Amino acid sequence: MRQIRVPLPNLWHEFGRVQDELLRMFGRPTNGPHQNLVPVGPAINIWEDDTTVFAETDLPGMNLDKLEVLVTDGDQLTIQGERQINVPTGVVWHRQERNFGQFMRQVTLPAIVDADKVEAKYDQGVLRITMPKSAAAMPKKITVQAG
Amino acid sequence: MADTTIERKEAGEIKSSVDTPDRGVTHTPRVDILETDDELLLFVDLPGVHAKDLDIRFENGELALTGRRAAHYPGKPWMWEFEPGSFYRAFRVTEQIAADKINADLKNGVLTVRLPKVEAAKPRRIAVKGE
Repeated sequence: MRQIRVPLPNLWHEFGRVQDELLRMFGRPTNGPHQNLVPVGPAINIWEDDTTVFAETDLPGMNLDKLEVLVTDGDQLTIQGERQINVPTGVVWHRQERNFGQFMRQVTLPAIVDADKVEAKYDQGVLRITMPKSAAAMPKKITVQAG
Repeated sequence: MADTTIERKEAGEIKSSVDTPDRGVTHTPRVDILETDDELLLFVDLPGVHAKDLDIRFENGELALTGRRAAHYPGKPWMWEFEPGSFYRAFRVTEQIAADKINADLKNGVLTVRLPKVEAAKPRRIAVKGE
């Protein structure tokens, strides 16, 4: 029987693939008595250094008029919007995999940020949000006094 | 057959020769494929890939896309839901395509590839003669 080893980088690929399948759900109507769109959304990465919190998410093909980024209560980041796809008429579809429809994600940030200084840039289909931490959230060096 | 499947999967993991900060992860990009009378249209989601880091080849009826993603994440992660990595996908194209007229356009992370059919492959209307 042939043994198949799955080294670590391949596992990431598998998780990504399963997550991609879950993400396909965005914008699909739920089956059930309430025919609403379930708001789910794209995957988000958040990282920080001493002065800033960064967030990034992949949103290819977005019309910026349909994208909204909000920072509320200092540490809640909301990314919501709708991705529309032009559906040309008179074509035969062979495959349809890309996500479209409404999405909404709300996440808690690791620190309170200064909402007035938040910058969001959309480049090559990637949304990157830079959020400087509020003065109170930055680490403060405390001098130790002897005696 | 088992052997062929494994080979194809490994072929999908291309370690690019360009130095990338990602951990060698290669994703399969999502694609929409449409066909009109005149051409095949591919829409590929390739977020984070610049045109200079995108490689498109059409050889022996197979279209292969390789995209390297520049990634820079200074600091420490707090929430990490996806691993940005390179992209690879290949398609077998069964229509007869005019290879010299293939056109590709990358905008906002979406790659549009137009593959025009050769004249012989376009549907032809047949006039019906009758009384």
